[in-house]
Amino acid sequence: MHLPGEAHTVRLHVNGIEHTLQIEARVSLLDALREHLHLFGTKKGCNQGACGACTVLVDGERINSCFALAIQYEGRSIVTIEGLATAEGLHPLQTAFIKHDGFQCGYCTPGQICSAVGMISEFESGLPSAVSAGMSEAQTELSDAEIKERMSGNLCRCGAYGGITEAIQQVYQAQSQAHQPIAEEVSR
Amino acid sequence: MNNFAYGRPETEQAALDLLTQSTLPKFLGGGTNLLDLMREEIEQPETLIDLSRLPLDGVEELPDGGLRLGALVRNSHLAGHPLVRERYPVLSQAILMGASAQLRNMATPGGNLLQRTRCYYFYDAAARCNKRIPGSGCDAIDGFNRIHAILGASPECIATHPSDMCVAMAALDAVVRVRSSRGERTIPLVDFHRLPGDTPNRDTNLESDELITAVDLPALPFAKRSLYRKVRDRASYAFALVSVAAAVEIEDGLIRHVRLALGGVAHKPWRAFAAENFLIGKPCEEQVLREAASLELDDAHPYQHNAFKVELARRTIVSVLTELANGR
Repeated sequence: MHLPGEAHTVRLHVNGIEHTLQIEARVSLLDALREHLHLFGTKKGCNQGACGACTVLVDGERINSCFALAIQYEGRSIVTIEGLATAEGLHPLQTAFIKHDGFQCGYCTPGQICSAVGMISEFESGLPSAVSAGMSEAQTELSDAEIKERMSGNLCRCGAYGGITEAIQQVYQAQSQAHQPIAEEVSR
Repeated sequence: MNNFAYGRPETEQAALDLLTQSTLPKFLGGGTNLLDLMREEIEQPETLIDLSRLPLDGVEELPDGGLRLGALVRNSHLAGHPLVRERYPVLSQAILMGASAQLRNMATPGGNLLQRTRCYYFYDAAARCNKRIPGSGCDAIDGFNRIHAILGASPECIATHPSDMCVAMAALDAVVRVRSSRGERTIPLVDFHRLPGDTPNRDTNLESDELITAVDLPALPFAKRSLYRKVRDRASYAFALVSVAAAVEIEDGLIRHVRLALGGVAHKPWRAFAAENFLIGKPCEEQVLREAASLELDDAHPYQHNAFKVELARRTIVSVLTELANGR
């Protein structure tokens, strides 16, 4: 038990590196990433779970880092937009967003891309969505309607949704043909 | 956000001990509602007890064919669980129609049961709200009350419960399991949330020393064919104006069993017992369904901006039961 205002020693595993921070319990994961680890790729939009700009991956699953206390996620594997590209190049979704004009101002883009990584992995694991034909049927086709429903937690005020959907569709199609689940990319 | 003391127990007993020993404690589940309310200073706990390390994140089969859902299984995992999808599709659908994928990856059933209303006046510190400050008044009653209750409200409070998950659970006869230093007890989900009456500050019948450990779903074979319909202002990521959870079994053209619950219309998930009783033994035809829905909504009391919900609820009930009868 720690007292109010006391600094906690919090170990965060971010993009494959373990960091030790001295922070209060009320510091959000978003603020820990930006203000303490200086990973500015993750964006603060609404800070109330409505826009998705702060989306990061925790153990491969997408969450809103604004609604998370950093201390809750101690010991979990966190991946931000900075952790998706490799020495060999951009993540396929980054390349596809550029190719399909999946953004204008770019502010929502890191959240969109992290969210899309998590979304494709959810789809591949068989999770249905609110627009799926039935709850017990296997999910076979990631239609544009599925992408739009599954990405509804990421707002784009520039309205680049068309390009975002095309970019995700292209990467999913390429990967499903290559039988290379995107989840493996994330856990790297 | 105010500072708070923080503890992260690893057992139920340790969590309960911290709860009784701390000043102004709150349990922290996924955080998707509580942290928001703390930022707005609507909730100001002095101690947060983070439950994320408790081993309450499983889905177990019960001997009678039902399921026990751990209070801390994340909503996305619950919705995607093969046995939930097979036996209680209405629950998977309801969860998947709530919030966004990111929030569903964080949120838990325990937290969902305890989430607070989305009434604008509850969130607005400049407004009067009996739920936030007892005795201060209600600015919703004569205000912009389009999203507010039409059933079971009081002159003190016309807020609605925002959950989708709980509406499906109400239809499925779910039972909430809770634990305290006094022992364990169970609360039927339909009795877990309260109508506002003159104590709208109390959302539920959970006592301050209790921990939700699980939600039990009893065996309900005909729930294999069940449906959740959510009517809202945009197609995704919005709260319900009206929602309907239903399961029905028809034999020789007559309704043998039916479960029906409404969301977005009351201070609690609204189990439509009157409509259910009326429907037993009758054919699943539009006129009959409309009469049943009307019976349930006889006591509806709309306000200036939400009268549309009465007809919307009626039509949604008819539509969902018709779709189920037609063999979806």
